[in-house]
Amino acid sequence: MPHRILDRLDRGVLRDSAALIAGLFIVGVSFGAVATAEGVPWWQASAMSLFVFAGASQFATLGILAGGGGLLAGVAAGLILNLRHVPYGLAVGDVYWTSLRAKLIGTHLLVDHTAAFALAAGADRGKARRAFWTVGAVLFVMWNAATVIGAFAGRLIADPKAFGLDATLPVILVALVLPSMKDRRTLLAGLLGTAVALGTSAFLPAGIPVLLALVGLVVMWKGAGTGDRAAAA
Amino acid sequence: MTMAAVLALAVGVFLVRLAGPVMRSRITVSERAETLMKRSAIVVLGALVVTNALFVDGGFAGWSLPAGVAVGGLLAWRRAPVLVVVIAAAATTALLRLAGVA
Repeated sequence: MPHRILDRLDRGVLRDSAALIAGLFIVGVSFGAVATAEGVPWWQASAMSLFVFAGASQFATLGILAGGGGLLAGVAAGLILNLRHVPYGLAVGDVYWTSLRAKLIGTHLLVDHTAAFALAAGADRGKARRAFWTVGAVLFVMWNAATVIGAFAGRLIADPKAFGLDATLPVILVALVLPSMKDRRTLLAGLLGTAVALGTSAFLPAGIPVLLALVGLVVMWKGAGTGDRAAAA
Repeated sequence: MTMAAVLALAVGVFLVRLAGPVMRSRITVSERAETLMKRSAIVVLGALVVTNALFVDGGFAGWSLPAGVAVGGLLAWRRAPVLVVVIAAAATTALLRLAGVA
């Protein structure tokens, strides 16, 4: 299986994802460090990174459980944060929907950045496929290595805010999403949706506002049909 | 934290991730539906970036993080390479913090 994934690596994407590594590494290290600080054994933090592989959800569940919250509340918070993967799966699910093994591994590798890289490839399905697998493999390895390092040496390593590294992961998403925003309808939907998400962020649990952003898609209702094709290309 | 929590979250997250492709594999996806789904994901990603840059742990993130993301976004709009975008964003955020901006 490893050589199968190597076959799918894409050099251009690999170069672009180099910047991802620094950003994700520091978040993974901080996850391991926070888990250790909360008294979670390293192997449990690692098991979480390995089997869950969803940064925001892991932080949320860990935070609630470490703070004395119940199992149900902790898992629910993590799952709500993760619901945005439903629209991701709808948009890029066909990229890895081939053999059973690809379906299972691909499903596990669906995260913000794999979805964004696959989307940024546009209509080029081969490129989308290579981007998804390349970024997915890189992120999975880095995330798990960083968790272990953070669990043991987190105290020795600077926090994610040092050197502005916390700006890394969001700005990569911006760079990937912006070309699609050149389509006027997508831009309108994005602006409207983001306004809704911001307006509801103050009082709704994390994870719900970004889904409410889908309300922005009402801009598609007007004049549906032709001339609407260039979106997301 | 217990292993039960880890496994429950792992199973739940997997099912959430599975929902999208399973739904789309059961229908014939028209070109218009394809556009709608791609646009949905773009809209969610856009909203995610903006809300995460402005809100951290339920409160205002401070100006340095959104400013860095905005500078990077501006460069990305002008078609700068990803590495340049990332370095500019991190440098902006870091320098603002160094200057005492939250």
